[in-house]
Formats: sequence, C-alpha cells, structure tokens
Amino acid sequence: MSLLDRGVVGAAGSGDTPGPVRLGGVSKAYGRGRSALLALDRVSLTVEPGEFVCLLGASGCGKSTLLSLVAGLDPASGGTIDLGGHRVSMMFQEPALFPWLTVSRNVEIAMRLRGVGREQRRERAAALLETVRLTGFGRKRPHELSGGMRQRVALARALAQDADLLLMDEPFGALDAMTRDILHDELERIWRERSLTVLFVTHNVREAVRLGDRVILLSSRPGRIIEEFPVEQPRPRRIDSPEVAGLAATITDRLRAEVSRHAQ
Amino acid sequence: MPSETPTTGPALADPDTARRQPGGSTADEVTGLDALELASTRADSRVADVGRAVWSTTWPKLLAIALVIAAWQVLYLSEWKPPFALPAPMTVFDDIRELVVSPDFPRAIAITAQRALTGFLLAVVIGTLIGAAVARFRPLRAAIGSLITGLQTMPSIIWFPFAILLFQISETAILFVVVIGAAPSIANGLIGGIDYVPPTWLRVGKVLGMRGLSLYRFLILPASLPSFISGLKQGWAFAWRSLMAGELLVIVAGQGSIGSLMQGAREFNNAPRLLSWIIIVLVLGILVDILFNAADNALRRRWGLQQS
Ligand SMILES: Nc1ncnc2c1ncn2[C@@H]1O[C@H](COP(=O)(O)OP(=O)(O)OP(=O)(O)O)[C@@H](O)[C@H]1O
Ligand SMILES: [Mg+2]
Repeated sequence: MSLLDRGVVGAAGSGDTPGPVRLGGVSKAYGRGRSALLALDRVSLTVEPGEFVCLLGASGCGKSTLLSLVAGLDPASGGTIDLGGHRVSMMFQEPALFPWLTVSRNVEIAMRLRGVGREQRRERAAALLETVRLTGFGRKRPHELSGGMRQRVALARALAQDADLLLMDEPFGALDAMTRDILHDELERIWRERSLTVLFVTHNVREAVRLGDRVILLSSRPGRIIEEFPVEQPRPRRIDSPEVAGLAATITDRLRAEVSRHAQ
Repeated sequence: MPSETPTTGPALADPDTARRQPGGSTADEVTGLDALELASTRADSRVADVGRAVWSTTWPKLLAIALVIAAWQVLYLSEWKPPFALPAPMTVFDDIRELVVSPDFPRAIAITAQRALTGFLLAVVIGTLIGAAVARFRPLRAAIGSLITGLQTMPSIIWFPFAILLFQISETAILFVVVIGAAPSIANGLIGGIDYVPPTWLRVGKVLGMRGLSLYRFLILPASLPSFISGLKQGWAFAWRSLMAGELLVIVAGQGSIGSLMQGAREFNNAPRLLSWIIIVLVLGILVDILFNAADNALRRRWGLQQS
C-alpha cells in the first residue's frame, strides 16, 4: 500500500475534495500477436490527493505510456484506473504551444473551451502568466520566447484547466540546470498553493528527490514498480543539498543495478 | 510565499535573463533589460534591411528582364521570322501603351478578373467542403481520396468539349471548367494539412478537452492553415490557366474578355497585340503570386517558421 505520510498532505481548499488516484494492475501492450510489445506490466499505484509523486526509470521503460493511460489518451490493455474524481491536465515533454495563438491566448484556450467570457479569460490568463513569472509576455508569439519561457507558458496553459491532477512528462528535461532549479521552486509553490496532486515523470534522480513526496522506481521493459522511496526531507529542499544528494545516490545505485540486470 | 528559497528570490523574475545577467538585482531591472534587447534587435533590422532587401530582390529581376528583351531584339534583327509574325520589342511596347489606354482594356480585365474571382471563390467553397468531408469521414476518403488527386493532375482543358455540350457556349461552361480545375488542389491542400497535424498537438488538444467540432475549430483547422494556403495558391494557378484556355475556346458573344480579344487579334494577324496580351497576362499572374506569397510570409512570420 501507499507509503505516504498522510500528515504531508495539505488541506484541499474546495468542498468536493477528490479521492486517491488508484491504478490497479495496469498493463499496456503495443501491437498484437507475436509482435506485441509489453510496455507496462501490472502496475499498481495509489496517489493520495495533494501528493507529489515522481516516477523514475530508464529510457523506454514505459513512463510516458503510464501518463498517457492516466490522462485517457490511450486505452490500457488490462487493469483499472480510477482517478478518484480528479480532473486531469497534462504537460508534455515539449511545450507544444500553438503557434497561431499569442502566449496569452494559448493560456486562455482551456477557458475558451469551457465558454468563459473574453474579459474574464484575459484576466485569468494575465494572473496565470504572473504565477509563472511571465507578466507582460502575453502578446508575444510562442516562437519569440526562450525554451524555459515556453515551458512556463505550457505550465500556465495546463494550470488554466483548473484540474487538480497534474501529469508532467519530463517537463524540464531539455532545460539547463539553472532554469530548471527556478522552475522547480515555482512548481513547488504552485503545487502547494493549489493543493494539486502531481504525477511527475523524469529520469533525473535528483530532480525526483528534490520534488517528490515519494519516488517510484520502474524496472526496464516491461515497466514494473520495483521500489518506492519516501522522501522525508522537509521542504523547501535544494537540489544540491547533501540530503537530496544522499538519497539520490541510493536510488541511482538501485537504478543502475536494474539497468545492468536488464542489459544482460 | 513560504516555499521560496532565498538563493533564487531575485532570479525568479526570469530565469533566462537572470542567467545572462548574474548581477541583475530586481525583477523590474531584469524585465527592462529583456525588453531593451527585444526592441533593439527589431529596430536595427527594420530600417537597414528594408532597403537592402528590396534592392537585393529587385536587381536580379531587372537584369533578367533586360536579358530577355535583348535576346528578343537579337532574334528580331536576325530576321528568323518575318516582322509581322515576330515584331520588335519596341513595337510591342508601343502597342501595350496604346492598348492600356483603349476602352477595351479595362473592360477585358474586368470581365476576365470577375470570371477568375467567381470561379476561384466557388472553387474555394467547394474544395474546402469536400476537403473537410474527406478528411473527416474515412469511407469518403476511401471512396474519393485518390479521385481528387487524379482530377488535380488532369489538364482541365480536357473538360471543355463536355462543358460546352452541357452548358453550351456560355459563362457557365467556363465557370464549370475553372472550378473543376481549381477545387481539387484546394481540397488536397486542406486534406494534407489536416492529415499532418503533429500528433503532439492532437494529444495536447485532447487533454485540454477538445472533442469533435471544437477539436476542428480550435486545433485542426488553424493547424492546417499553411497547407491550406499553399493549396489555395496552387488552386489559383489552375483556375487562371483553365480560365485562359476557356476564354480562348469559348467566346461568349458580346463579352470582350482577354481571351476573346486575343482571338480577335489572331484573326487580324496582329502579332504585337497578341504579345501585348501575353505580357499583360504574365504580369497579372506575377501580381497575384505576390499577393499569395505575402499572405504565406505573414503566416510564417507569425508562426516563427521563417528565419529572418
Ligand atoms: N505508439 C507506440 N507503438 C508501439 N510501441 C510504443 C509506442 N509508444 C511507446 N512504445 C514502446 O513502449 C515502450 C515504452 O515507451 P515510453 O515512451 O512509455 O517510454 P519512456 O519510459 O517514456 O521513455 P523515455 O524516458 O525515453 O521517454 C518503449 O519500448 C516503446 O518502444
Ligand atoms: Mg517518455
């Protein structure tokens, strides 16, 4: 069962507090018959509301697959996924902003789909851009921004959905360490302010320890949960602190053992 | 903000600028620097580049025109063909000057332009509807997807005899062929655009909650715009060609279009007039192409698809 220390979970603000996200024996095979490839093998996982869970694993172990199953983008081949009443939004590995829209309109798009009025959309988008520290960039086009700024717009666009479960697929993978550090702080602040439930995929061990309440290690193909590491260091943590480095070293050893076992 | 760490406080304003400006101390200062940088690169390029760009694209064209005229003059002087068949460049230029002030000229341009526009707009409507339907419904694609490509590659002049049987010598016959020449390209442009919407965008759209019509309205149609515009451009080229062929073949009584005036000039062995019209049609084609390219470039600039 869950290793979560329930005391960590912040009190959710709204009345209809969602229940835990439960994955029960979730499998995913791509293709059929002999050429079928098993990407995920009976993954069971419970994420409590308000929890920040990091998924860690070697390249190709099925992390992205798992997120797209949770987001409902692909059907699972077996098992059950219960979102516990969470509304889902997802941030992809690339910012994938829409080039025909300005930054502000990219952020507004989810509200537009919900039929929110123009004035209100504008205001909310400006507030969200402020949240990701991009005040004044609303009229720019995505291509006029740097990579880190685009990722922050993508974050604002995902936040505009007012979802309470945020899936993030290596969102900061392509950024330099400095920018990533700052985005970690911002993400942690937003997570806390909004009592979000976060499922965060990465293959950077330190990033996982820096951010997660819990780090979940997936085996190489087919993806299976091999170990869970609760992270007990108090927040805010620093990615270069000895505590983070210590736990990261333990997890890295475990991961390395797994990768070399798989290579043989 | 309980979770802000002191080390990153000032840099939060903008990590990218902060990285370039390690000494930056306040958020305002950093944003100011950023704005300055954006503004200055723009001001530099605008003023200096416009003149240079205009000249660098103009002189090769002028040179090419001069070379063609020179070659033509040489050919004329060599008496390869009798002067009544191949007139001198100056003769033709004089004729153009005479032609453009004659009352026939604006009337011919108006009639032809009106036919071209009507035909093209009709083709846009029909091509877009067919394209959207084919892209949306799988059985329809299986049924007529390759037919559209087949029609696109077919020389539309082949339809004229049939069109004349159907609609007699009339405007409708010309319109029919113009539309059938242009609509397939427009449909294919839209189909291609819809087919090649990057899958990541589609996944983003789904996560954002786009379904059915809203997926088309907010994602697929805007995403397919570049391909649609190149389809329009190609469709226009086919419409214009079909129209010229049609006007030469189908002379509607009382309608002094470019084509019918050209046929008249041929009957009178008026070679300078024929060449005048050819040059005018060429120029019209180039002007319209400039319009389409301007639209295409504006889109590319907005999307950031263009190095500038
Ligand atoms: N659409 C697909 N069709 C067939 N196989 C797929 C598909 N998507 C993923 N796979 C396979 O499933 C496995 C898991 O892929 P997935 O993208 O989930 O890995 P990942 O853990 O996200 O890797 P990375 O860290 O490199 O992003 C891989 O072996 C991949 O080849
Ligand atoms: Mg992945």
